[in-house]
Amino acid sequence: MQAFARLYRQLDEQRGTNAKVDAMADFFARVEPDDGAWAVYFLSGRRLKRLIGPVRLREWLARCSGLPEWLVEETHQHVGDLAETIALMLETTADRDRHDPRPLARWVEEEILALREIDEHQQYQRVTAAWQALDESGRFVYNKLLTGALRVGVSQTLVQRALARATGQPQPVIAHRLMGQWQPSGDFFKSLFEARSADEDASRPYPFFLAHPLEGDPADTLGPVHDWQLEWKWDGIRAQLIRRQGQTWLWSRGEALIAETFPEIVEAASQLPDDTVVDGEILAWDEAVLPFAELQRRLGRKRVGPKLRREVPVRLLAYDLLEQGGEDIRERPLGARRQTLEALMADVQAPLMCSPLIHARQWSELADRRAEARERRVEGVMLKRRDSAYGTGRPRGIWWKWKVAPLTLDAILLYAQPGHGRRANLYTDYSFAVPDGDTLVPIAKAYSGLDDAEIRRLDHWIRRHTRERFGPVRSVEPVQVFELAFEGIAPSSRHKSGVALRFPRIKRWREDLGPDDADTLEQIRALLP
Amino acid sequence: MSQPLIQPTDRGLYCAAGDFFIDPWRPVPQAVVTHAHADHARPGSDQYYAASPGLSLLRRRLGQNAPLRGLDYGVVHSFGPVRVSLHPAGHILGSAQVRVEHDGEVWVASGDYKRDPDPTCAPFEPIACDTFITEATFALPVYRWPPVAAVAAEIQQWWHDNARQGRTTVLFSYALGKAQRLLAALEQPTPGPIYLHGSVAPLTDDYRAAGIPLPTTRRVSEAPADEDYAKALVIAPPSAGGSTWMRRFRRPATGFASGWMRIRGNRRRRGYDRGFVISDHVDWPGLLRTLAETGARRVLTTHGRADELVRYLGERGLEARPLATLYGDVEDDG
Repeated sequence: MQAFARLYRQLDEQRGTNAKVDAMADFFARVEPDDGAWAVYFLSGRRLKRLIGPVRLREWLARCSGLPEWLVEETHQHVGDLAETIALMLETTADRDRHDPRPLARWVEEEILALREIDEHQQYQRVTAAWQALDESGRFVYNKLLTGALRVGVSQTLVQRALARATGQPQPVIAHRLMGQWQPSGDFFKSLFEARSADEDASRPYPFFLAHPLEGDPADTLGPVHDWQLEWKWDGIRAQLIRRQGQTWLWSRGEALIAETFPEIVEAASQLPDDTVVDGEILAWDEAVLPFAELQRRLGRKRVGPKLRREVPVRLLAYDLLEQGGEDIRERPLGARRQTLEALMADVQAPLMCSPLIHARQWSELADRRAEARERRVEGVMLKRRDSAYGTGRPRGIWWKWKVAPLTLDAILLYAQPGHGRRANLYTDYSFAVPDGDTLVPIAKAYSGLDDAEIRRLDHWIRRHTRERFGPVRSVEPVQVFELAFEGIAPSSRHKSGVALRFPRIKRWREDLGPDDADTLEQIRALLP
Repeated sequence: MSQPLIQPTDRGLYCAAGDFFIDPWRPVPQAVVTHAHADHARPGSDQYYAASPGLSLLRRRLGQNAPLRGLDYGVVHSFGPVRVSLHPAGHILGSAQVRVEHDGEVWVASGDYKRDPDPTCAPFEPIACDTFITEATFALPVYRWPPVAAVAAEIQQWWHDNARQGRTTVLFSYALGKAQRLLAALEQPTPGPIYLHGSVAPLTDDYRAAGIPLPTTRRVSEAPADEDYAKALVIAPPSAGGSTWMRRFRRPATGFASGWMRIRGNRRRRGYDRGFVISDHVDWPGLLRTLAETGARRVLTTHGRADELVRYLGERGLEARPLATLYGDVEDDG
């Protein structure tokens, strides 16, 4: 635990990615396999099922610190992170020379997983004893593991790079091995060091290759248009469909298995030959693509009944082929992969289909197609180099997403709430409203878009212009106007305004505008499709 | 009920019985000033009283010819029927608590203070009183300061690592008090020379003139343009960060020394490479200990987390109330 807490501190203190990779690689190269497995598990963003909720932890913290619960809660608000609040609030009584020597794996098994087997009173005793046994940084990491994700600011890619260095295996192989479901065991960790084997887990997906947003005109920067394969940028969910050993797996980009959410796609996958892996997009589709709001009705559902299947039919639009006949073909050029994909899909029936290509002889034609995006209910166009391999991560210059310019509106800041983590005890979570006659109606929440200096300035303003406080939320004088960008607008019965914005974010702080210049609800409703 | 001995007004904390103000934020006839930070010592008053060790610092703030009268710690000065004495607050050089006695009633206005050891100023002395006016800058139970020696060792190690990589170490800190305390905490021999920003250097000379031993430093402003800062430590105020002034340092590693660095979110948000928890304000355990030692029945709070402290003390049977002041408006104090 001490070694892992030390690694955590290093990662937290280092800003350069190289230094972070160095620290992790060094750790992985020395660590015992059991502890290494858990370290990979947590560093790659996986989390244990939460056994004890924040309310109970705060109650226990109040009990063992002797402080009133309201003060614990206020302090938690101020710090913005419960694990940290607990770590900082308790006195470190443990003798520095006699700290608990158990390594990470034993801590996880004996002090976290073991909590499943015991009643609440015993849990209280175990957890508070653990708090006492650790110093501040150990306590913080223990609490992080207990309450959820570690969130130490290392990306999957960095963990993969560090493991690649420590194991001597190529990074794509490591990336592949870390996908999907695996048990954090010593054997698993040791297997990361082995050369690629023939029967790697059949369900395991490939890491998704991601596109970079394109700013500006491709004609200026991307060379001849015919070097590029052009597709629509769909507004659905990215998915990887795997056929191996007579079985089908459907993965989302969040590495969740989503077969039960889209049973018709899994059924249709039996049309594909064995040992095939397809990358594509799931869309709500009834003759043509339906708005994302329709697809959303099916997301997050464990079981999808016949009624919903009828009301929201879906399709998988395949755009890439990653494995054919059991062979990993990601290194082949995109043009060749596409040909193979089209041949493979030639006789396949709906709901599987190939994502159509866009044909443009000149960049200006592509710009014209992109201008049709909103009408076609797509987000824009994709540009993929014809000679590109299917890589990992999101490198620049190989795949681009060229989205249609967002919609915008001017709205008034109405409520603010402190953020978490890096934005703890700063007012960074904002609610915006627009006038509807004499009243202000909330229209959107937005968290991003301002730079650090603007955030600090706005925080300062909010604290001095608060009208009311409701717990952590403050209402402010409705005078500051912000330009919000958003991707789409749909009718909504859940919102008082009657509309829901998709991906709202702050585009600009319009200090040149007053509240009378804000858009009205009537004007915004006119944007509804 | 009779008028309280000290009460807030639009010009500052006012003692009507003695007709003087404590740390007024607008010009007044008679001002007792607790210390030389800008939010406590404001120019324009007709007569100032302050603890003798801080006079040269106050002159920098109020002007060389400011009508300033020094009082030694513990010596009583009478304002009419009111007996006033100044006592060390342990905040910075010359910082004082103001003890105010009238008709057998004793109030203490502590100004800013801390309980941790600091070789650059006289240590805080608890004064028995009926009413204690305390700062509440860090009055939440997560604020407990680590031992200064441990933090200083961390800074030294960080400097050492930077120097080995040929990177200049730039440590940002409040120019008055914190910078000198950091200097005093550094162990000899150091990994390289120490440089001071132009706003830190004169204040540091005042400390030396007051007899506080501090390591040798150089002024950045007096160094040649091609000075090699590879192994150096540079102490500068936060306002210098991100300015063109920083360009002279090659690949600088930046750190910030402040009580606010206790919170990870602050450390990450400020964008410094490192945050070091070192504060000249009282922490939560120090605050509670101080209240117990003064024996005060009534506690009035200024700047910071006043609401929480007031409620907490109220639940513990003390009469507690926030006082409206304009202290703590200086950025990066802490």
